[in-house]
Amino acid sequence: MRRSISALAVTLLLGSFVVPAHAASTEADYKAAYAAAESANVEANKLRNQWTTAVSALAAAKKAAEAGDFDKATAEAKMSEQLSKAAIFQTNEQKENWKLMEIR
Amino acid sequence: MRRLAGMAMAGLAVAVALLGAPPVVMAADTPNPPADLKAFQKFFKDKFPKVKFEDFVNGPYSMDEGLYKQWKEKEEFPPYEFALDLGKELMAKPFKNGKTLADCFPNKGVGVRQDYPYFDTKQGKVITLELAVNQCLEANGEQPYSYVKDEMAGVTAYMAYTSRGKVFDVKIPDDPRALAAYENGKRYFYTRRGQLNFSCATCHVQSPGERIRAEVLAPALGILNAMPIYRSEWSGMGTTSRRFTSCNSQVRGVPLKPQDEEYRDLEYYLSYVSNGLPISGPGARP
Repeated sequence: MRRSISALAVTLLLGSFVVPAHAASTEADYKAAYAAAESANVEANKLRNQWTTAVSALAAAKKAAEAGDFDKATAEAKMSEQLSKAAIFQTNEQKENWKLMEIR
Repeated sequence: MRRLAGMAMAGLAVAVALLGAPPVVMAADTPNPPADLKAFQKFFKDKFPKVKFEDFVNGPYSMDEGLYKQWKEKEEFPPYEFALDLGKELMAKPFKNGKTLADCFPNKGVGVRQDYPYFDTKQGKVITLELAVNQCLEANGEQPYSYVKDEMAGVTAYMAYTSRGKVFDVKIPDDPRALAAYENGKRYFYTRRGQLNFSCATCHVQSPGERIRAEVLAPALGILNAMPIYRSEWSGMGTTSRRFTSCNSQVRGVPLKPQDEEYRDLEYYLSYVSNGLPISGPGARP
């Protein structure tokens, strides 16, 4: 019993080095992430307040995908989506709050 | 059923009460450009009591004694001089139809910078000097200039130079569209944007005189009086359009197109609240 517990612990320990923390992204993962990022990008542009970093991340995602690096491409697309969403949040938050800064 | 009827009655009572109540209007939300101008200028005068009113047009130089001395020396051989020569030449250069750029402006474009931007009631929009230049070129079958530098900077530099000392006299006509444009410009000025979450006011109202990296920030009051400018950072001349788009990029916001409505309205607002200050352009900035 003791032996088998030790063997299991060793197996798990070794396994933690061998198995990556998350599965590698596929082209399908990238495509889904890119579509979501592109949609958020379109919305931020429509509001006339897009962030340069969101645009750069979207371009980086496309470039990584073209090079076959879908891990990087998916991560960049997700980053771009989050940045675009933050830009959209900022635009909506500022619709009235800009007045707080006004000299009166 | 009785319960539903009771709820409907209660809802109706609330609606009647709301309709009968006097409208809640914040006095400060009612557009009042003259009051804005007064408050805007007072803010800067109070913040910088030692700066002479007319010196606000000198941007960072009015905020920093060391920079002021450097600028005075620089003015002996001003870096914008070549732009003046180019502008003068372009104003007089005949178009294919024989007319000139000067023909499109009152007094041949000499000493009129202080009247721009203005609200054109026929076109229903704000006309900046840069837009007026390109409208003139296009109306005469010529190619419009780039809005950000080169020929446009030259022509506007020459027009500013011939208007030095004349005070900004931007008017808001009795037209709701003009007031809406002014308000839109004000909204743009105070709205935070870009990943850095900065508005124009973050730098030019909250922090003039402070350093941002190696640069001293200019006050918003009089900031357009010196346009166009030679910037060492650009190694060349730049127009108001260039300044606005580069400001947006610096806060990590995607800039709009030069002379888009928001930028023209912003120029309208900023120029109006600087009424009474002299044109000092073209300027030179670090």
